[in-house]
Amino acid sequence: MKPKVAVVVFPGSQDDCDAAWALGSVGAEPVMVWHAERELPAATGAVVLPGGFSYGDYLRCGAIARLAPAMEAVARFAAEGGPVLGICNGFQILCEAGLLPGVLRPNVQLEFVCRDVRVTVERTDTLFTSRCEAGQELVIPVKHADGCWFAPPELLAELEANGQVLLRYAEEVNGSLDRVAGVQNSDGNVMGLMPHPEHAVDSLLGSADGALVLASLVDAARERLLAAA
Amino acid sequence: MKATVLVRPKAGILDPQGEAVESSLRKLGFPVGAVRVGRLIDVELETADPAEARAQLERMCAELLTNPLIEAAEIELESA
Repeated sequence: MKPKVAVVVFPGSQDDCDAAWALGSVGAEPVMVWHAERELPAATGAVVLPGGFSYGDYLRCGAIARLAPAMEAVARFAAEGGPVLGICNGFQILCEAGLLPGVLRPNVQLEFVCRDVRVTVERTDTLFTSRCEAGQELVIPVKHADGCWFAPPELLAELEANGQVLLRYAEEVNGSLDRVAGVQNSDGNVMGLMPHPEHAVDSLLGSADGALVLASLVDAARERLLAAA
Repeated sequence: MKATVLVRPKAGILDPQGEAVESSLRKLGFPVGAVRVGRLIDVELETADPAEARAQLERMCAELLTNPLIEAAEIELESA
């Protein structure tokens, strides 16, 4: 069974087609959802918010996109326990929407970073990393100007205690606090990450490690749909 | 009524943009201390009541204009 995974497309989204292609390559049926839609397609098993520069990154990255009608549907889906993955700009949108903790700020070096980076998998008992091995180092590219994740000290301590940091940079990339590359919400069904797994699904592209993250999500989507059937 | 919202990085929050401007000003020979970079938002409001205007602007800051994790806002109302 090919689970349906909705890819939300905002004005300024850029990696929506890559995300759809990559999801298809790991066994999903990707469905594009325009930001003005008020409902997700019937039998959606998971949602991906892709990378890009929604609304030109005006005001703050993700601050305008989180007001899109489709985001209300995504918030309802998340509240029902549906798996939601935000990649790069998608991560920024989820933080601004309050669906994920923290905020993404300009890179500490004030430069756009575009290269393969190493990230360490902190946990594998999650909807987003189940195909990975504990402590596994993944090579996945980043390309962002605002990837410096920040949370106040008390929030950071809570997230670390709850094990909500799923991916951590194994090298200095952007000044991200505690080298956070990806976090999930306290319920464990919403995750955001700055690296682009959809750009690393074939060794011809330099790495296929991103496929592990996307395939984990597709597994979760399939399980959710089978459980509902 | 017109208003201006000044958005600044909160005290204690690292401001790399401010630091870059600070070091550039020093390179130009200006003897400056710390520089912080924020954002200025001019808003025209329909209401003429200062209390109502302030209340609206505070809601705007909470819902969109600032991210309270990292930014603090100061509201200035233009006196008629």
